[in-house]
Amino acid sequence: MGSGVSVDLQDMWIKFGDFVAVREANVNIKGGDFFSFLGPSGCGKTTILRAVSGFLEPSAGNILIGGENMIGKGPNERPTALIFQNLALFPLMKVWENIAFSMEVRGASHGERRKRADELLDMIALTGQGDKLPSELSGGQKQRVAIARALCAEPDVLLLDEPLSALDLKLRQHMRTELREIQKRVGITFIYITHDQGEALTMSDNVAVMKAGIIDQIADGKSIYDDPATAFVASFVGENNCFRGEVSKIVNGEAVVDTNRTGLLRGRIASDAQGKLSVGDDVMMFIRPEALHLSEDGQESDTRILADVHHSEFEGQSYNVFLEGTEGKEMKMALTNRGEARLFDAGTSMAIKYDASQAVIVPAGELASE
Amino acid sequence: MNGFMKDYFRKNGALMGWTLIILVGFWTVMLIILPQLYMFDLSFHPHLPPPEMGGPKDHYTLENYDYLVFGAPGNEDGYNKVDLLVFGRTLIAAAFVTIIDLMLCYPIAYFLGQTKGGGFVRILVLLLIIPYWINEILRAFAFRIIFGDSGVINEFLMLFAIIDSPIDFIRANVALYAGLGYAYILLMIFPMYNVIESLDRNQIEAARDMGASWVTIHRRIVIPYAKPGIASGCTMVFMLSAGALAAPQILGGPSSLWFTQLVYQWFNTGGNWPQASAYAIVLLVACLIIVLTVMRLFKVNMGDIGK
Repeated sequence: MGSGVSVDLQDMWIKFGDFVAVREANVNIKGGDFFSFLGPSGCGKTTILRAVSGFLEPSAGNILIGGENMIGKGPNERPTALIFQNLALFPLMKVWENIAFSMEVRGASHGERRKRADELLDMIALTGQGDKLPSELSGGQKQRVAIARALCAEPDVLLLDEPLSALDLKLRQHMRTELREIQKRVGITFIYITHDQGEALTMSDNVAVMKAGIIDQIADGKSIYDDPATAFVASFVGENNCFRGEVSKIVNGEAVVDTNRTGLLRGRIASDAQGKLSVGDDVMMFIRPEALHLSEDGQESDTRILADVHHSEFEGQSYNVFLEGTEGKEMKMALTNRGEARLFDAGTSMAIKYDASQAVIVPAGELASE
Repeated sequence: MNGFMKDYFRKNGALMGWTLIILVGFWTVMLIILPQLYMFDLSFHPHLPPPEMGGPKDHYTLENYDYLVFGAPGNEDGYNKVDLLVFGRTLIAAAFVTIIDLMLCYPIAYFLGQTKGGGFVRILVLLLIIPYWINEILRAFAFRIIFGDSGVINEFLMLFAIIDSPIDFIRANVALYAGLGYAYILLMIFPMYNVIESLDRNQIEAARDMGASWVTIHRRIVIPYAKPGIASGCTMVFMLSAGALAAPQILGGPSSLWFTQLVYQWFNTGGNWPQASAYAIVLLVACLIIVLTVMRLFKVNMGDIGK
């Protein structure tokens, strides 16, 4: 199998009439990477995938696979294989014929095809199921057949368009691990499209977060989560409490923000915004629910917030406490369940605090809608 | 009453339930089964004037079928060559019309079924349907005018000096095949269109992605999927072409009779209903056998056709 082929998008634009589906995408995907495009539906991530696979020509820019420009080449001339959202298995062909279809197209003999299909069936743990029809398989098995069919063509790059979205939760989580393992085993570049941040963060080496045709940030999962580049990324990936305000002081990569309702709060300026902010700028500060905790000492500080409990709920691994600060500012705090009873009565006043390094400040911008 | 019937009446109510049963029953028994049975029975009787029917001279006989195969008693040829030839030619011509229609309609049905732009497709479908508002006889005469000696096609060809003298399309049966093919084109397009429309576009793209040529995509994916529609369309076109009367009457060349014209002659001109019935039954049975055999060959189930 091929391995380690890079994919580069250079200043790529895709327009449908006046509508700009993808704006100036610049992405360098390393060979052998598991790379995800993460974004809400309609953000243009599937459009990018279709452009890479060759079903769609970009309006401008280049697509390089393994350094070679793919513009003008059809889907069958590119070293890519696409796994569709609905898998698109051929319902009237047996499982093994599905898997070996790319070989049939190249004119391989029946024996060769059967042999290769059986090898791939072994790999996806469906040994002996080759003579069934796809309709006789379960959702997860179909999923694996689709992967085997794509791998049979020995692509350098495997493109996956939300292939897990039709599965139930348990199976989805299982398939995440399995996909990741298959990717490590075959060693080829995977490009994965999803709107599910859990999928993107657990499987990927690197993630590109997209919003309305624009790539907001490209980084590994941890950086996306802990060090978002924009307000959109901070609010789209995971849960976040957002505090908007003006920068009142900048010291050593940290800033004090004069928030509209919660007063002066200190936080860390996001890596992407370092050196770009100045006093008076409109910014947003994000603090994750799990970064908030109860302040026991009662000391005033610029990382301390006073609030009343609105309601709280038990979620198993954590208690979620919904708080109301001054002027109705809503916040959410997540407290890890360590066995102590932690349901708070509505109306309880409390002081909460956070570590300034866990409050990230980015320029104010559009938030992800719920 | 079993569970299904109980369910049926609960859903539709007694009045509606019985109305439906009576209407469907009337349709199948009175309009289809009984007349066919009557014809079937009649075909085994001798040709007698009405007062003698059911009288002492009436008996069961194979003479009507005998006539089709061996001709009138005392025929020296041994076989009724004229009628058998017409019979065979009708079936072959009907099969030919079916194949032409299939080749013409498959691309159209594929295009209609796989094009997403709804408005454009609706206009195309409308354009296909509107000509059928004109009655069959008028349409057949229109084809006569188009294909006639001084028809549009001949005039056009002569104007551009492609030919010197008019081509006799009528004698060559071109007009007949065109007319029959045109008459049943919708019956071929719509069953195929229905099936192809439900084919997942991603399957075609997946095949393309794996390097399949258009021929392979159609051979391995679209045609197997569309098979019930193709079978349904071919069955209808074949049956109706073989049983057509107006188009062969109007567009057929002087030397090419259609088997239905023989049936018609026995019924009307000849007034010999038992003989006509025998001919009609033979045509029906032959068509059924051909259709069922072809369906068997292409592994199509009866149930698929209803889809």
